[in-house]
Amino acid sequence: MTERQAPVTLSDLDRQIINALQGGFPLTDTPYADVAATLGISESALLDRLRAMLDTRVLTRFGPMFQVERMGGRFVLAAMAVPEAQFDVVNAQVNALPEVAHNYRREHAFNMWFVLATETPGGIDAAVARIEADTGLPVYPFPKLKEYFVEMKLKA
Amino acid sequence: METIDAIDRALIVATQGGLPLVSRPYEALGETLGLPAAEVQRRMARLLERGVIRRIGAVPNHYALGYVANGMTVWDVDDAQIDALGEAVGQMPCVTHCYQRPRHLPDWPYNLFAMVHGHDRDEVLAQAELIAQRLGDAVRARDVLFSSRILKKTGLRLVG
Repeated sequence: MTERQAPVTLSDLDRQIINALQGGFPLTDTPYADVAATLGISESALLDRLRAMLDTRVLTRFGPMFQVERMGGRFVLAAMAVPEAQFDVVNAQVNALPEVAHNYRREHAFNMWFVLATETPGGIDAAVARIEADTGLPVYPFPKLKEYFVEMKLKA
Repeated sequence: METIDAIDRALIVATQGGLPLVSRPYEALGETLGLPAAEVQRRMARLLERGVIRRIGAVPNHYALGYVANGMTVWDVDDAQIDALGEAVGQMPCVTHCYQRPRHLPDWPYNLFAMVHGHDRDEVLAQAELIAQRLGDAVRARDVLFSSRILKKTGLRLVG
């Protein structure tokens, strides 16, 4: 369960690493050494900082980001209106599904918003049915009809 | 739709938690999967080319970076105009994601979703105002849903 994380004070080096590594990590034999060289630091210093930022959850992951739709799967945003008294129980039920890639609480009558990622298109319907059965609450799927823009890169 | 083979799938399962933090990560993956490093690199390059891998790099926790206000701005706009409006809103620098999605009437009248991140709520509301100006008379209803908690953030998980 990921609590909302407080902002942390980042060193200039950590900022440089985050800004340099939001994409384009090389497929070379020694990619960390190659990136470290462009930042003017040693390979071990880069690896140490990446480990430290993963440990403190400044980074949630380091590695490839997948677009499941390009391998025949589906991503679908879905929402639920969960009564406050049941929120924690429903949250645990929803998060228990491996198909739930991320989940946010939002301030609205629809207070739970999650993304389902499945390997096959049919997996979405199965996951929705499972959540509705487990929680007894309706799930509102919001499949994207058009994607106009996606570029989740934030300057550190 | 070109699908992935069993080796690509094993490679995805092996890397979905992250890339090994060792000097030669592709060699390390190759050892796990029984493949030469060069084959791991070739397959990952191919997956990148096909867009199965969007990018390889760091996924920051945007709260930790100080982007503590994350607003999903939602708009009910005329279906006939939505493509032009969606493209225009998607080009705005404050917007990280922009999609057309279905309405669920009567509970949910909104069909255009634009995600906005800011250092505080006022910054997000100011950005929503800029979007409203760009959309102009096409807006029939609007809202901003602030996130108050990350409940889960693991990304894709194929079952091994």
